[in-house]
Amino acid sequence: MAEISIQKNIIYLSGELEVPSIRSILEQVKNAMTSNDVPQIIFDLSELTKIDSAGVALLDEIKARFSAPDRSIQFLNTPPQIQEAIVSFSIVDLPAESAAIRKSFFESIGERVYKTITNSGDLLFLIADIFYWSIIGLFRRKGQREGSFIQQSVLIGVNAFAIVGLISFLIGFILALQSAAQLRQFGANIFIADLIGIAMLKEMGPMMTAIVVAGRSGSAIASEIATMVVTEEIDALKTMSLNPIRYVVVPKFHGITLTMPLLTVFSDFLGILGGFIIGITYLQLSATAFLNELVTVLILKDVLTGLFKSVIFAWIIIIVACYFGLKVTGGSEGVGKATTASVVASIFFVIVADSILGLIFYFNQPIY
Amino acid sequence: MNPIIQVRNLTAQYDEEIVLDDLSIDVYPNEIAIILGKSGCGKTTLLKNIIRLYQPSSGTIEILGQDVTWMEEIEFNKILRKIGVLFQNGALLNSLTVADNIAIPLEQHTDLPPSLIRRLVREKLHLVELDNAGSLLPSQLSGGMRKRAALARAIALDPLILFGDEPTAGLDPVTAAALDQLLLKLRRLLNMTLVIVTHELTSIQRIADRIIFLDRGKVIFQGTLDAAKQSSISTIQRFFNP
Ligand SMILES: Nc1ncnc2c1ncn2[C@@H]1O[C@H](COP(=O)(O)OP(=O)(O)OP(=O)(O)O)[C@@H](O)[C@H]1O
Ligand SMILES: [Mg+2]
Repeated sequence: MAEISIQKNIIYLSGELEVPSIRSILEQVKNAMTSNDVPQIIFDLSELTKIDSAGVALLDEIKARFSAPDRSIQFLNTPPQIQEAIVSFSIVDLPAESAAIRKSFFESIGERVYKTITNSGDLLFLIADIFYWSIIGLFRRKGQREGSFIQQSVLIGVNAFAIVGLISFLIGFILALQSAAQLRQFGANIFIADLIGIAMLKEMGPMMTAIVVAGRSGSAIASEIATMVVTEEIDALKTMSLNPIRYVVVPKFHGITLTMPLLTVFSDFLGILGGFIIGITYLQLSATAFLNELVTVLILKDVLTGLFKSVIFAWIIIIVACYFGLKVTGGSEGVGKATTASVVASIFFVIVADSILGLIFYFNQPIY
Repeated sequence: MNPIIQVRNLTAQYDEEIVLDDLSIDVYPNEIAIILGKSGCGKTTLLKNIIRLYQPSSGTIEILGQDVTWMEEIEFNKILRKIGVLFQNGALLNSLTVADNIAIPLEQHTDLPPSLIRRLVREKLHLVELDNAGSLLPSQLSGGMRKRAALARAIALDPLILFGDEPTAGLDPVTAAALDQLLLKLRRLLNMTLVIVTHELTSIQRIADRIIFLDRGKVIFQGTLDAAKQSSISTIQRFFNP
């Protein structure tokens, strides 16, 4: 530990000026300085036996903080060993770090707009690339990993069956339960079949599947691609003249395009099952009545609408995931951010697309 | 003289694969010990076992006269306070600026006021010649800069022992030489002991006091550089005259 003793304008420091004693020394020096207004203050360092870099920082700090036009500070009698450490570590003679330049309000707005425009350009190119290589990839397997299409289909589709099924069942069940009380008041029990059938097939089935897949596989794809960018794997692929879109994205694109509609059909089925259970228990319908009603109300177009939507949603999920994955900056933290952004954006765009498609199909509907 | 680090009969394995096999080494105070050996022979594994990132399957490790092999974490943290580690890949935290990375150990282990911590950070940045890189993120640095930033973080607390996994790999000869001089200076000024893994012959020539040569999980040689060069073991001969 270092000792400090103060005699008028001379401050003696002795012992080991190292981390553990620095804080208290600084406090005492501060007190001495405020109660003392002599024009010259001398630090006698002759009794210092050891100093570490924090000790040197302390001496620098003292000099910087307490010397003033009307007060000079001097360090005297520094032993050679201590002097060498001071010379090696001290940064007092260096210019201070330049402060970061602040942008003006308009500059930052302009920058935002510019970025948005270039980003949309990038996105369009990416979409074009993905579709181009995916169509090529249907006919030529070269430049893709062997068996990766099947692997991706399993990863994105098969492994999601349980969770998609469970969620859809519960959604159908709850939807039916909530409507049942209303329908009952009008004696319109049988219409539960219409309600659940149409809601699941046209809206909830594709939508719930998309949300689960965006959360499950969209995030996985975004983080996988982002990690590949960060660890220079994408660069490595390019130097081996493998197109990263073709090698990494196309199998996923094919996988998700195939499995999303299948998952959606499964989701429709389990959602209707949930409604069916409410129908035959709480609403006391007979199973045949429910199924008959369902068959009469559902037309093929409803099924196809749902499947069409699910394919669009699949593409949204994969494009958004690739976009955020490829755009990543800044190491492991960037990967996390890209993943989050990708999930939020893909769910958002899925819902936007659903609204737009909903409007289009609504105005194209035959009037019964 | 008592060793500052004493490893006895250390065996380390990943799953079934034995990487270090009944290995014993000593490191003495204030020396620069160089760990040599072919790529993949277990040098990094040895360092990580000494600082207890892995638990060895058997053997004992003493640091600063204390057996740390099964030491309580609280106790071991006090020892870690006196140890600096430079990882092979730098291992800077990507979410923090270079300056904040260097400030972590200072904030964690000392009660210094923030103004002094900032000053110390600049001191360290200056030592590794990164004066203007403090506000950058690690992802904005070149490979060699990242290495030097990691070194600055490793020496933030003026450790008694510095472990360096290839500190000069990937640096140009001028910067590498400056870094070696820095290591020598730190040892002289702060009484540091250094355990360095490196493959650079010029670097070894500049800084080595003692060579510890690993091969297939065993120590096949411990001694001075000159003795190593005269060794009759063919693995070592080939290393110095490739
Ligand atoms: N986390 C791990 N899991 C399994 N095996 C590992 C792991 N890390 C290292 N190994 C194996 O242990 C052996 C030694 O690795 P280590 O990283 O210690 O080598 P090294 O001597 O540091 O090599 P280099 O000079 O290339 O850095 C290697 O065969 C490696 O495959
Ligand atoms: Mg290694």
